[in-house]
Amino acid sequence: MEFNLKIWRQKNAKAKGHFETYHISGIEEDASFLEMLDILNEQLITEGKDPVAVDKGCQSSGPVSFDHDCREGICGACSLYIDGRAHGPDDHVTTCQLFMRHFKNGATITVEPWRSAAFPVIKDLVVNRGAFDQILQAGGFISVRTGAAQDANNILISHDKAEESMDAAACVGCGACVATCKNGSAMLFVAARVSSLALLPQGKVEAKKRAKAMVAKMDELGFGNCTNTRACEMECPKGISVAHIARLNREFLKAKFSD
Amino acid sequence: MSDKLISKIPEGPLSEKWSKRKADIHLVSPNNKRKLEIIVVGTGLGGASAAASLGELGYNVKVFCISDSPRRAHSIAAQGGINAAKNYQNDNDSVYRLFYDTIKGGDYRAREANVYRLAEVSAAIIDQCVAQGIPFAREYGGYLANRSFGGVQVSRTFYARGQTGQQLLLGAYASLNKEIAAGTVKSYPRHEMLDLVIVNGEAKGIIARNLVTGQIERFGAHAVVIATGGYGNTYFLSTNAMNSNGSAAMQCYRKGAFFANPCFAQIHPTCIPVHGDQQCKLTLMSESLRNDGRIWVPKKKEDVEKLRKHQIKASQIAEEDRDYYLERRYPAFGNLVPRDVASRAAKERCDAGFGVNETGLAVFLDFKDAIARLGHQKVAERYGNLFEMYEKITASSPWNEPMMIYPAIHYTMGGIWVDYDLQTTIPGLFAIGEANFSDHGGNRLGASALMQGLADGYFVIPVTIGDYLSKKFAEPKTDTATKEFIEAEKGVQERIDRLFSIKGTKSVDSFHKKLGLIMWEYVGMAREEEGLKKAIKEIKALKEEFYKDVLVPGTQFEFNQELEKALRLEDFFEIGELMAYDALNRKESCGGHFRIESQTEEGEAKRDDANFMYVAAWEYKGKDTEPELHKEPLKYEFIEVKTRNYKD
Repeated sequence: MEFNLKIWRQKNAKAKGHFETYHISGIEEDASFLEMLDILNEQLITEGKDPVAVDKGCQSSGPVSFDHDCREGICGACSLYIDGRAHGPDDHVTTCQLFMRHFKNGATITVEPWRSAAFPVIKDLVVNRGAFDQILQAGGFISVRTGAAQDANNILISHDKAEESMDAAACVGCGACVATCKNGSAMLFVAARVSSLALLPQGKVEAKKRAKAMVAKMDELGFGNCTNTRACEMECPKGISVAHIARLNREFLKAKFSD
Repeated sequence: MSDKLISKIPEGPLSEKWSKRKADIHLVSPNNKRKLEIIVVGTGLGGASAAASLGELGYNVKVFCISDSPRRAHSIAAQGGINAAKNYQNDNDSVYRLFYDTIKGGDYRAREANVYRLAEVSAAIIDQCVAQGIPFAREYGGYLANRSFGGVQVSRTFYARGQTGQQLLLGAYASLNKEIAAGTVKSYPRHEMLDLVIVNGEAKGIIARNLVTGQIERFGAHAVVIATGGYGNTYFLSTNAMNSNGSAAMQCYRKGAFFANPCFAQIHPTCIPVHGDQQCKLTLMSESLRNDGRIWVPKKKEDVEKLRKHQIKASQIAEEDRDYYLERRYPAFGNLVPRDVASRAAKERCDAGFGVNETGLAVFLDFKDAIARLGHQKVAERYGNLFEMYEKITASSPWNEPMMIYPAIHYTMGGIWVDYDLQTTIPGLFAIGEANFSDHGGNRLGASALMQGLADGYFVIPVTIGDYLSKKFAEPKTDTATKEFIEAEKGVQERIDRLFSIKGTKSVDSFHKKLGLIMWEYVGMAREEEGLKKAIKEIKALKEEFYKDVLVPGTQFEFNQELEKALRLEDFFEIGELMAYDALNRKESCGGHFRIESQTEEGEAKRDDANFMYVAAWEYKGKDTEPELHKEPLKYEFIEVKTRNYKD
């Protein structure tokens, strides 16, 4: 297969970015999207510097930087906005689980980084998602010290509650929800953590405080508000439901009432 | 025994050793803990749980990871589960049985005392994880559910769907976040350790590169904990994440830490087979699938031919024409034999010409019987996400046709040599999790990596490091302006300058792929003297070519993934060589290490306890010099050493 790749190039956080177009051929149908980018980078490296890029005054020639690690859809590192969709045209996958058989031969594919005020670009397609860590540091945990726990089977949790908690806990922290939201809101990300813990007896004790602290941190870090468009749910690679946002709102309101 | 290898195993009965050690350990008072600094490198299960627990104790912790967040460490990808001797199933499990299974599974090449401690603390790990809010699978009564795993006959594995590693890591990461918020831990994401700094023979800090700005930075501490995982990516193609590397371990090795049993690498039997040469990563299918899936190849060569030509589907092959070779060869354990045994059996069938895909390097893992026995819903609950994942990658549904699988490099049992306190041969330098060698011997059992990472991080290192630090609280903060730090930084800078100055014509990956092929061919599933010697020669030649012809684009002072890869590959060359030396020395078959010269008439691995019942610890002797071997004899006082038998 062959493709034209229109890729966002940006030298660093301060530089102005722009699109560059590259041609690539000889790609197997079973190759993943990131393997295709590896092959492109191999080309860009061995060509020394990319002549097309230099012709156009491109400041960031050389291989394209992109975040990736596990390549099996679980680490949440990969984060490409492909043809206007977070993680590309396939449903419920991360970019690394996207395969070239989902594209038409000869297509022009547009590749961008996550676009969000809270996720500044580091280089090319790599963004800084440190804000997610900061939100979780604000309260995304249960305050238990190592060694303090009782026997695990002393806490009974119904099968269904555990499963529902697990649905929310499946969040990989990739940021697709933020990249997709027209307001740049992190509500689905925050809700997944709040809801997963609030569903369990161990997490109930701090549930209200947690919701309040995490939402406050989210606001502080420049994420937008939720206006219930549900776009995040559509694009979440793990299919996390907006029902968890409803649970977050309940915990948040309870916290406000008890203030 | 080398006088440099003092294992510090406490005297006394096996079940009292850990209690005894804990009782003997000197404590550090809370006001002194505040004065002490600890560096933890790596944020997988071991690193995150250690950093969080040390922070809780009141130490000042600095934690480093190469990813953009601690949560991305590769522990996150572990699928199947975590073992613990809870005996919740009333199936006669116990600490002793978990210990016994682990020692036996490791083919009698692990230390009794370490493994017993691992089994002893395993139950507390589950308690801790449940308290953190990890949504483990539950039965309908609300109690925790278990599944069984390879190499054992009880159900002691706890799981959270097929995402157990993710959930455990998010638990440890949450505890870490709690401590970061409390100010006891400072996190340095996108930082890569590039050297260990030693002052007066003790580990006192690290040199790291800020991967965003490219700056080289110095960090001092009273002790350093290495939790950077294994070196499976030496093979280029493996189930490890793309950025997983063995560099921190190699830096410690070059600074004098002994490296133990490097040749013990685990080849996992259930991975998705390689497709073409554009691939850079292999995907694991959880071992838990072997609970209900049955592994087979056709009995008849003509069926194999038809499969390869896509003239028939696997589901069309009659029951009597299928060879369930694991059930045939190992009736007592069947599809649940340990990983090394299952991998070799797959290789044996494929070498005999029964591989079921075009490359001839694949066998079937079939759920037909499980779906008939348990129903669609039950199977979906247990393996739904794994089936989905398989279908996404291969475009074939395991609901209709069996999966195709083949062995791939997955985990490395070898690692930095540590004593009972998890301290290396360098005082003040500790190694935990996959980065050390201590608990799995020649082969690791499924669901035991998560157990070891968390045992080391939550329950062992927070105690044992205290003994070392109890003598250090009067020492001031480590000054990073001393000559030792300046020299280490200079060394790192020279390495980087050298790489940029080569300006050759080939990419880093092109060399890494070649190294991978050498390793897989000669230091892979079957090894022999001639091949291993060849591997050492070829790696040396490849390394030379690398230093003549590699092209590292860009500059140091920017986000530069090619530079990161080049620095890691330099270390992979060295690890590859070290693995080959160790494999050459170990003239027995044992666990994941299979020497063609040492097998029974039936083709089973033949151990040589008389000559090789020791830990091979290698000492760095300088560039391009052969490393020196030190032996730590393994004494089995509490367990009878037997030939592993999974047949009856």
